Amino acid sequence: MSEARYAVGIDLGTTHCALSYVDLTHSQGDEVAQDLMRVPQLTAPGAVEERPLLPSFLYLPHPDELAADDLTLPWASEPGAILGELARSIGARTPIRLVSSAKSWLCHPGVDRRAAILPPGAPGDEVPRLSPYEASVRYLRYLRNAWDQAHPDDDLAAQEVTVTVPASFDPAARELTADAALAAGLQRLVLLEEPQAALYSWIHDSQGDWRNQVHVGDIILVIDVGGGTTDLSLIAVTEREGTLELTRVAVGDHILLGGDNMDLALAHVVKAKLSAEGKSLDPWQVQALTHGCRHAKEALLADPSLDAIPVVVPSRGTRLIGGSIRTELTHDEVARTLVDGFFPGVPVDARPATRARGALTQLGLPYAQDAAVTRHLAAFLAAQTGATADLPGFVASTGGGFLHPTAVLFNGGVFKAKVLAERVLEVVNGWLAADGAPPVRPIEGTDLDLSVARGAAYYGYVRRGGGVRIRGGTARSYYVGVESAMPAVPGIEPPIQALCLAPFGMEEGTEAEIPPQEFGLVVGEPVRFRFFGSSVRRDDQVGVLLEDWPAEELEELEEIQATLPAEGRTPGEVVPVHLRASVTEVGTLRLEAVPRTGSERWKVELNVRSAPGG
Amino acid sequence: MAVPMPSVIQRLSIALASFWRALVDPQFAAAVAKLRADGPAALPPARPEPPHLQAAEPNAALQLLGLLQQEGRFVDFLQEDVAAYSDAEVGAAVRVVHEGCRKTLSQHFTIEAVRAEPEGTRVTLPGGFDAAAVRLTGNVLGQPPFTGSLTHKGWRVTEVRLPKVASGHDLRILAPAEVEL
Repeated sequence: MSEARYAVGIDLGTTHCALSYVDLTHSQGDEVAQDLMRVPQLTAPGAVEERPLLPSFLYLPHPDELAADDLTLPWASEPGAILGELARSIGARTPIRLVSSAKSWLCHPGVDRRAAILPPGAPGDEVPRLSPYEASVRYLRYLRNAWDQAHPDDDLAAQEVTVTVPASFDPAARELTADAALAAGLQRLVLLEEPQAALYSWIHDSQGDWRNQVHVGDIILVIDVGGGTTDLSLIAVTEREGTLELTRVAVGDHILLGGDNMDLALAHVVKAKLSAEGKSLDPWQVQALTHGCRHAKEALLADPSLDAIPVVVPSRGTRLIGGSIRTELTHDEVARTLVDGFFPGVPVDARPATRARGALTQLGLPYAQDAAVTRHLAAFLAAQTGATADLPGFVASTGGGFLHPTAVLFNGGVFKAKVLAERVLEVVNGWLAADGAPPVRPIEGTDLDLSVARGAAYYGYVRRGGGVRIRGGTARSYYVGVESAMPAVPGIEPPIQALCLAPFGMEEGTEAEIPPQEFGLVVGEPVRFRFFGSSVRRDDQVGVLLEDWPAEELEELEEIQATLPAEGRTPGEVVPVHLRASVTEVGTLRLEAVPRTGSERWKVELNVRSAPGG
Repeated sequence: MAVPMPSVIQRLSIALASFWRALVDPQFAAAVAKLRADGPAALPPARPEPPHLQAAEPNAALQLLGLLQQEGRFVDFLQEDVAAYSDAEVGAAVRVVHEGCRKTLSQHFTIEAVRAEPEGTRVTLPGGFDAAAVRLTGNVLGQPPFTGSLTHKGWRVTEVRLPKVASGHDLRILAPAEVEL
């Protein structure tokens, strides 16, 4: 394959996508020629505009809804779907045809991610549906078309592309993202965790000065609150042969909680105030109110001297003055709802509240039940006390039952409100002070919306030897469930043991050893296994069999499935196999069934299609 | 219009052709005699080009109106009778209009002041200043440089970024009628 000219970074976000690129032929050392691609998109019927962000929304119009001419893009586009700004704006009025938050569905373990289930609220069979996987393919293909049109001599397929995923994405969601990128024609692909991308962006922006801003023994906490998800990572600063190194030592759980929840929460506060005055709002007006609240919130958070900002819900009809509803958002409401609601001052032993989910919650996204980011943060730091124990020459400062970070990098549009970042610092520093530890240093990123894409493009550049790389490998160890051989007792589930297949910290392009335990696979029949991951058990080696474990240490992931093809074998025959794990160059986990004899290998599916009706 | 000067060969050809034509064409001979007596001033003046006014292209105007309506409800606001409402009611609606139109303006145009000085300061205009960018008012007398007080600092668009329009799109629809099913 020919040399790539560009290293391209794609932030495939829950609410926005962005694409940044580094021209490799004009970059050397800390001198990096980087740019952002402005994405042409429909902003109104018949109007195409270039914007730095592509909203991750896909609208499936009715055949009579819009004139075909009005959907013309600068390239030959796929009919039947609108992406970007126009999709978002008309989708707000017709939500039954709008696909949004596809990325959150992509990591929803309760649904078949390759099944056409979006939009979830579409009635009947009339509205076409897409799978969360297909929606991701569409966004990536759109970006590819936009790129190819702007760079006719350098197709995106031939460039080094880095697509970012949340650090908390499970192996199945990572594999689906990689598959979607391949299906969109991105052949030279690697995945990168978003908090790492944010840190790469900071390294790039510091132009080499980052080495003076951190020192050996630092633990950088990356808090990334995007539109839809909250992603936490810990990155340790270590030293090897006199040069600083960065090692990602831990990632948090998947928390579906982001800036959109915050805007919605404010809108509900104002809506409740209006209904107390006897004014009710229809869904369109709530949407407009959310929009108005977002602007008022930004103004109030930026200027603490303001007491209140008027919010106007415009009428839908032409009577703008007569039909609009006026109210206001007060400083108090914002402080109460956002600062205290999402970032409350809590003790370090606080934990997110969980409720037993009703059976119906499977139909929607599993949003975080506790909206307090600080409580999720406390739980994360407490679970990761051992995160730096294995680092050579690393003085881990833990005490009081949680890991002590020494620096914080904020990322995500939410932190444009300085008050919120300050509140997080205040809470974390309170925890540290109680333990007699020094406060954390905030390290300054530049662009909270675009840094993930920028960092991803920069990563594509440093992968070729252009600068420092963050090490770390997989942030979880993985286990397969083994039913222990004991006589069945009615009413009692047979106890399950967990066999470690992949240790913590497997690097890309490496293979784990083969565990000694064998499984009997029935030829021609799919066999399912329970599958577990742990973000805290760092020392388990391949082949370790856990009899018993604290509930919070192992998280059950989706079932995995192995199917042995029947060729050359008798269907129904039982073949003894070992399960072997590897991490691909792309950055996805791969499980294979390896028979005791012969050189065959069969892939074990991480993303299992649900049984019909299941 | 400047006529290129003929070369030696061309001048020879002109002289020979004029010699024969003056011999056979009395009117031509009379014209040459007048040209020789009065010099080039004898030639009739070139006809001045008529002043050219071009019709403004309506598409961009329609597009901008559509954008202002879409983001800022501009047309709704101007089409409504404000006399019936109190200042507070008009003020509430203006927030929608102002926020939306301001966003449209900043998204599609880069606008800067013509004069960087604060309004009210005294400024001096040298000879040959751009009369389109600076307008003189009041005691407009004498010769430049002119000195006066800056009453309005002016606005100049330095960049226009209007969306591209699909060829079949009807820009006259500023806002489509909406029918909720």
